[in-house]
Amino acid sequence: MATKSMGDIEKIKKKLNVLIVDDDPLNLIIHEKIIEAIGGISQTANNGEEAVIIHRDGGSSFDLILMDKEMPERDGVSTTKKLREMEVKSMIVGVTSLADNEEERRAFMEAGLNHCLAKPLTKDKIIPLINQLMDA
Amino acid sequence: MDSLAAQLQMQYRNYILSLYQQGFLDDQFTELKSLQDDGSPDFVAEVLSLFFDDCVKLVGNMARALDQTGTVDFSQVGASVHQLKDSSSSVGAKRVKGLCITFKELCEAKNYEGCVRCLQQVDIEYKTLKAKLLDMFMFEKQIVQAGGIIPQVDIN
Repeated sequence: MATKSMGDIEKIKKKLNVLIVDDDPLNLIIHEKIIEAIGGISQTANNGEEAVIIHRDGGSSFDLILMDKEMPERDGVSTTKKLREMEVKSMIVGVTSLADNEEERRAFMEAGLNHCLAKPLTKDKIIPLINQLMDA
Repeated sequence: MDSLAAQLQMQYRNYILSLYQQGFLDDQFTELKSLQDDGSPDFVAEVLSLFFDDCVKLVGNMARALDQTGTVDFSQVGASVHQLKDSSSSVGAKRVKGLCITFKELCEAKNYEGCVRCLQQVDIEYKTLKAKLLDMFMFEKQIVQAGGIIPQVDIN
C-alpha cells in the first residue's frame, strides 16, 4: 500500500478488509457504507461472540475491526480482550456512545483497542486511521 | 432546463435549508447524503426507515416502562432513551437527539412527570421529522419526474 497524506485517500492496490461488530442494524448499514465509500470491503458480526467465532473458525484476517461497546452475548470490552488473547493483530477501533464516561472509555482501551471513536462515525473520523494503517 | 424542474430545485434547496435552520437535521444527515451514490440510490431512505422503526419500538418500550403499576424502573426507561439517542445521532435527527439528552437526565433524576412529558415530546418530534422527510422525498421524486436532477444543497 502507498504512503498517504492525512485526508488523502487514493486508489489502493489491496482493498482494506474490515470487520464491523455491532448489534444495531442501523449502525451496521451506515458503517458498511462508510467503509465502501473509502474503498474498503466489510464483513459484519451482530455481536462479540460472532466476532470471536469468525476468527476462530474462519482463520479470518482483517486490517481493521470496528468494535461497538454495548452488545448482547459478548460486549465490546470482553470481545476485544478475547481477540487479543487469540493473538489477533488487526487494528481494533472501539466505537463508543457519547454517554460513555472517561472511566468506561479507559476500560475499553485497556482491553486492547488501538483507538476509540465516539458515535456517530463519519468518513472524516475513519480516514486518519486508515492512513495510519497504510503507513504502518 | 425546464422551468418547472428549475423551480422545484429552488424550492427543494430552500426546504432542505429550512430543515437545518430549524434544527431538525444536523451535519450527520449531510454525511448520510454524501454516502448515497448511483450504486445505492435508496441508501438514505433505507437508513431512515430503520431509524423510524427504531423510534416506534423504543418509544413503545419507554411507554410500557413508564406505565408500570408500582415502582417505575427508570434504568429500563433510560436504556431505551440511550438507544434512541444513539440512533438519532447516527442519522442527524438533531431535535430528537436533544430531547433524548433531556429525557436521560430526567430518568437519572427519577422525575416521573418529567419523563412522561418528555416521552410525549419525543413521540411528536420523531413523527414531525418523519413527515418532513417524506415531503423531502416527494420533492425529489417531483424533480426527477420534471426531468431535473436532485441538487446538492450546501448548508454552510
